[in-house]
Amino acid sequence: MGGMKTIIKKELADHFASYRFTIIFALIAMVSLITAYMVGWKIKTEMEGMASQSAFLLLFTLPGAMGLFSLVQFVAFFGPLVGLVLGFDTINRERNEGTLSKLLSQPIYRDVVINGKFLAGVVLITVMMVSIVLVITALGLIVMGIIPGIEEVWRIIVYLIISIIYISLWLGVAILFSILFRSPATSALAALAVWIFFSIIFPYSVSVLANNIFETVEDNPEAIAQRAKIVKVFILLSPQELYTDATATIIDPTRKSSRSIITSGAGPMESLSMARFSGPLPLIQSVLIVVPYIISLIALTVVCFAISYVVFMRQEIRSL
Amino acid sequence: MSSESVIETQELTKIYYGRAAVENLSFSVYAGEIFGFLGPNGAGKTTTLLMLLGLTEPTNGSARVLGMDPAREPIKVKSVIGYLQENMGFYSDLNARQMLQFIADLNDIKADNAKERITAALQTVGLAEEQDKKIAAYSRGMRQRLGIAELLIKDSKVAFLDEPTLGLDPDGTNRMIELIQSLCRDKKMTILLSSHMLHQVQKICHRIGIMIKGRMVAQGHMDQLAEEKFGVGKEQYTLEEIYMKYFQEA
Ligand SMILES: Nc1ncnc2c1ncn2[C@@H]1O[C@H](COP(=O)(O)OP(=O)(O)OP(=O)(O)O)[C@@H](O)[C@H]1O
Ligand SMILES: [Mg+2]
Repeated sequence: MGGMKTIIKKELADHFASYRFTIIFALIAMVSLITAYMVGWKIKTEMEGMASQSAFLLLFTLPGAMGLFSLVQFVAFFGPLVGLVLGFDTINRERNEGTLSKLLSQPIYRDVVINGKFLAGVVLITVMMVSIVLVITALGLIVMGIIPGIEEVWRIIVYLIISIIYISLWLGVAILFSILFRSPATSALAALAVWIFFSIIFPYSVSVLANNIFETVEDNPEAIAQRAKIVKVFILLSPQELYTDATATIIDPTRKSSRSIITSGAGPMESLSMARFSGPLPLIQSVLIVVPYIISLIALTVVCFAISYVVFMRQEIRSL
Repeated sequence: MSSESVIETQELTKIYYGRAAVENLSFSVYAGEIFGFLGPNGAGKTTTLLMLLGLTEPTNGSARVLGMDPAREPIKVKSVIGYLQENMGFYSDLNARQMLQFIADLNDIKADNAKERITAALQTVGLAEEQDKKIAAYSRGMRQRLGIAELLIKDSKVAFLDEPTLGLDPDGTNRMIELIQSLCRDKKMTILLSSHMLHQVQKICHRIGIMIKGRMVAQGHMDQLAEEKFGVGKEQYTLEEIYMKYFQEA
């Protein structure tokens, strides 16, 4: 069982030494810091005298001055890219360089290779997410004097767990594509296509479709509720929506309904309205709501893996 | 030489997309010998090696390596076979020592033991001075020797060498040939050697198999093969003559 450890170690060393990881980490750290800093100032100036405790989570959910992304939205949108970048060429590059046959002519099982690569990626994703959250927390604490309460710390931890699972799902997708396609360029493209589909095309077309299908139905409240329900079910087929919904429940407990950044056009000030501070969902409740989402995300990852295993086990490993 | 067979195949067949790459291949390699595996490009030599390693599933037939079926017990088989690939397949951003350490780890060789073995192996193949260079900067010959070092680390009982002298200069070729002989003599490895360099094969191989279009057309000792083709009378022959004779007839 030394095989798995050895592969994880090697993958980690490779990633840490790679420009790819450095660049993407730097990019994400930079955006997070700038956004957190701006949001921090906004909170400080606009909410003088409010209980500072409830302001902590706003560091993550309010959009920065660029008016575009809150940190949570940023991770929802670009997190998949991290997973994809970490995995899209992991098997096919080794196949093309002939190192895959070297690896597999050693006494290790084939699935150990996939598992090792995946776990190494998960470790990296965890390091990335945890360090970003820690830095933002420190920034809020030291610069803005925003102190998190116990409950908020728990919420952030649950948020971290969901985020790591979510990005890992995309890592799983990327690994699958690196098995399916011989050329890294093709698998990168395919992975990007899936990402764009679920980030932009899917949510958009579901709401358009729903509007068209139910157009004829008269606009009584029941019909509208019905429509909203159906849209919701479809939307939840998308990992992005699963993730946005889940994190919104956890980290933005006062928010009544949540949507991804593409479908919601809410301006920054709307989110600051005082209504949001009435009756937040208790932590336990939020967690209970979120568990099925987490299970769904894990299930999607497992599906990716199942396909990866089946294909990889039967595949020719020689490069041709 | 004992006549216990280390590698044995029965009717081994591999079909790629309706075309047989290896067809009804039956042959044996005995303990402690160097078996020369000859054949033109595309004859199916590499495919055969991959099936013996359990890296490719045979379409038909069976194989045994030290009594084990590579399709059933691939892990055990891989732990006793050292494989020098055609394209070598090294991680080019590692240096020699790191690469060998990686192989040692994958083979569960204990750290202290591995360190000694690596030092000794690098010494044996003449890479001790270059061990801190990245493999990316290695010449073809150095890579080939690193491949041999890998077999020494694994301390494998059986070695599959797929064209180990490909692209080497005359001096490099001679050094490689000597290394291979020393694996057989000092390490008691049984060696299956695929090569196009008939002159060298003639020098070091105990027995020979000639594979053409997926079929083994001849196997045995050089004298036997010569006798088959030229009759008993001929005293002087080269492997090249024998090979060409078989090749033209096929
Ligand atoms: N993955 C594959 N898919 C389809 N055909 C393949 C595949 N791998 C090998 N072949 C075919 O199998 C045949 C045997 O190939 P193989 O690599 O075993 O030959 P070889 O004897 O090693 O040749 P060389 O001396 O050039 O190395 C060739 O005709 C090749 O085209
Ligand atoms: Mg070959």
